[in-house]
Formats: sequence, C-alpha cells, structure tokens
Amino acid sequence: MKPVTAIIFKDIVIEMRSKESVSSMLMFGVLVLTIFSFAFEPSSIDRSLIAPGILWVAFSFAAILGLNRSLAMEIDNDCLQGLLLAPLDRGDLYLGKVASNFTFMMIAELIVLPIFVIFNNLKFNLQFLEIAGVAVLGTLAIAAIGSILSTISANTRMKEVMLPVLQIPLTVPVVIASVEATSMVLSGETKGISSWLYLLAGFSIVYLIVSYLVFEFVVEE
Amino acid sequence: MPDTLALESEDIRKTFGHFTALAGVTLTVKRGEFLAVFGRNGAGKTTFLKIAATLVRHTHGKLRVEGIDIREEPEKARRHIGFLSHNTYLYRDLSPVENLRFFSRLYGIPDSEERIMALLDRVGLRRRAADPVRAFSRGLHQRLGIARVMLHDPSVIMLDEPYTGLDANAVEILNQILDQAAAAGKTIILTSHDLEQGLRAASRAVVIDRGKIVFEGSPKDSAIRDAYAAYIRVGVAR
Repeated sequence: MKPVTAIIFKDIVIEMRSKESVSSMLMFGVLVLTIFSFAFEPSSIDRSLIAPGILWVAFSFAAILGLNRSLAMEIDNDCLQGLLLAPLDRGDLYLGKVASNFTFMMIAELIVLPIFVIFNNLKFNLQFLEIAGVAVLGTLAIAAIGSILSTISANTRMKEVMLPVLQIPLTVPVVIASVEATSMVLSGETKGISSWLYLLAGFSIVYLIVSYLVFEFVVEE
Repeated sequence: MPDTLALESEDIRKTFGHFTALAGVTLTVKRGEFLAVFGRNGAGKTTFLKIAATLVRHTHGKLRVEGIDIREEPEKARRHIGFLSHNTYLYRDLSPVENLRFFSRLYGIPDSEERIMALLDRVGLRRRAADPVRAFSRGLHQRLGIARVMLHDPSVIMLDEPYTGLDANAVEILNQILDQAAAAGKTIILTSHDLEQGLRAASRAVVIDRGKIVFEGSPKDSAIRDAYAAYIRVGVAR
C-alpha cells in the first residue's frame, strides 16, 4: 500500500499548493445548484422529484473538472512516465490515482451537500447522512472509471474533450442509480433502495477490478 | 545470458501502426560499459531506450536488463534502471526534497533523507532544496532530474539526449556525475546528437539509422566520425 499512500500524499500536497482541483469542482457544483434553484420555482413543483437529478448533475460534471486537473498534473513534464519507471505493479499506480481523485471529489461534495440541503429546505438529520452515504458509493464508481479514462485520454490529441466524451456514457448507469437512491432518501421511501446501492457497489467493484487489470496496457505506448 | 552483460537485446522491433521505429536491434552492453548511441531524429534511439526502460512495449524480440527479461519481470528490471530523458518527470508544484521523497517512497528506499540530501549536494541544489521546482531553469531541472535517476542507485543508467538545453555549468556537473558513475562500475547508455559530448567518456559507440544499428565500434576509431558524417550529417542534407 506504500505507493498508493505516496501518490495520495503527493497529490494532496500539490492540491494544497495549487488549489485547482477542489476549488474548480466546488465552484462548478455551487453554480449548478444556484442556477437550478433559480430555474425552478420552489412552490411550483415537488423538489424531491428534481433535486436528486440536480445534485448528481453537479457531482458528475464537477468530477470531470477534477479528473481533468488530475490528468494535467501527470501530463505536465511527462510526470506519468516517471511514475511508470517505478518498480511497481502499474495497477498500484491506478489505485493511487483513484484514491486521490476520490478524496478530492468527496471534499468538494461534502461542501456542496450542505448548500444543497439549504437550497432545498431539507434538514441536517439522518437524511443528510444517508445522501452522503449514497454520494460515497456513486463517487467511488465515478473515480474508478474516471481515473482510467483520464489516462486513456492523456494519449489522445484532444485530451480535455475526450475525457467527458468517454466518461459521460460510461457513468450513466452510476448516475441513474445514484439519482434513484437519493430520490428514495429524500422522499422517505427507502424500501428497495438496497438494490440501487448494490448496483452502485457492483459498478465500483467491476470498474476497479477491470481497470486495475488493464491499466498496464493503457499506459504503455 | 552471460553474467557480465548489463543489457542484451535480440532483434528488437517496434512498429507504430504502419511506421517501423525499430527494424531489429541486436545489441549487447557489458557491465560497466559506457555506450554512446548516435542517430539523427527519428532514427530509433529514443524508442530503443524507452523499450529498454520498460516505458514502451516492443513488438518483437527479447530484451534483458541485468539478466532480467523486461517483458516477464518488468518490475524487477526497473529496480536496476535509471532513466533520464529531455523531460525530467518532476512535479513543478513540489520542491526538490518533496519530489525526491516521493520517488524514494515509490522505489521503497528506506531512510532516504540522508541520501536525498547527499544527492542534492552532488547536483548543487542543497540551497534550493525547499524552492518549488516551477521556479527552476532548464539546467536546474535537469540537475534535479539526474538526482532522481541516481536516487535508487541503479546499475544501468540510460540517458536520452541529456545535454539538450544545458548551460556549460550544468554540462560540467552532468559529466562529473557520469564520470563518478562510470568509475563506480555503473553501466551507462547515452544517446546524443553531439558527437564530441557523446564520445567524451564513452567506451563504445553505435550509430542507429532507420531503426537498425549501422555502425558499432570504439570511440577512438576514426570510423565513428565517418559513420556519423555518413548517417547523421547526410541525413540532415537529405
């Protein structure tokens, strides 16, 4: 686990200096929540119907910004090649990047989430923690697939464009499951939520295992 | 593979789509040897070094570093390899100490602090140890890159055009480090466009052209200059 923690620690130090990843995700997330809260009249519709969708639009698109920044850090000065020269299983490098991407996404989401609660007149109670729990599972799946896709797009000509083009279709099932689970939490009808949570956990595990195994071939020229 | 060989390649080929970068490179490098590799742009020097450093997967052939097949046991082979290219692979937002500390963790080097400070001393960066690499000139970058390469004490040092963009002072430091490494019995493989720089400390020289070795000989042999003129200068004229 040492290389994984070394990569997380390195990314945290760089993020604390540059403040580019979390701040951009945060700005985007807050902006999405603000725009949608103005777009929909609070009294005109049942907020629990649209609020989960708004939240996950904010989370999933903000994640792309964070992944692009993470990618830029490794492309700058060909740092990815430096990582590849280390005497490690390349899957460990992938796990390190997943862990740091997940950490930054969660930090941004944990700041955005209270704003979402305030904008939607929700209460800071168990419901809040349940949404945070769904966010953990959904974000893990997004980080797992996003970390390998950002590495694939690093070798293409239009890196920043290629990442969302690849990422959005592959995370659709994750976003749908996350929206459904969040919706159930907000409406208080949590019967059947476990199937969506199992789906999220399943996607995370499949993405992690497959990406761990193929990462070596993705990074080699 | 005889145990005196640091690197042995058998018919290494590499194609990128329809483009053939290496058309069958067979080369042996003895332990402690200083090999200079010359060739014009696109000749295949960098591709060969990157394959040997396990950064690029070869299409055909076998390559062993310190007797270890790089395809079968790449992680084990990487422990013996130090690779420096034109890009230094250093994080600009970290300081030299932080960069070297990070790489020492990746390489699993125990008690690395002393070694990091000693290396920074060697490359003349001790006083800049806490400055962000972002503020460094090309020469300082490359010096720190050399420290990164030497961090895990590799037995085979591969340098791809290491003199590019260096000022006289940085060239002098690089030469000193290479001389010390050669004296310590390290194997050095260096690619260069500059014949005089490349031959300075080399014990053998090869010229690669169109993905094949077209000349192999002693740097003292005048034939290397003829080969250089024939394959590199003429290459420019073509």
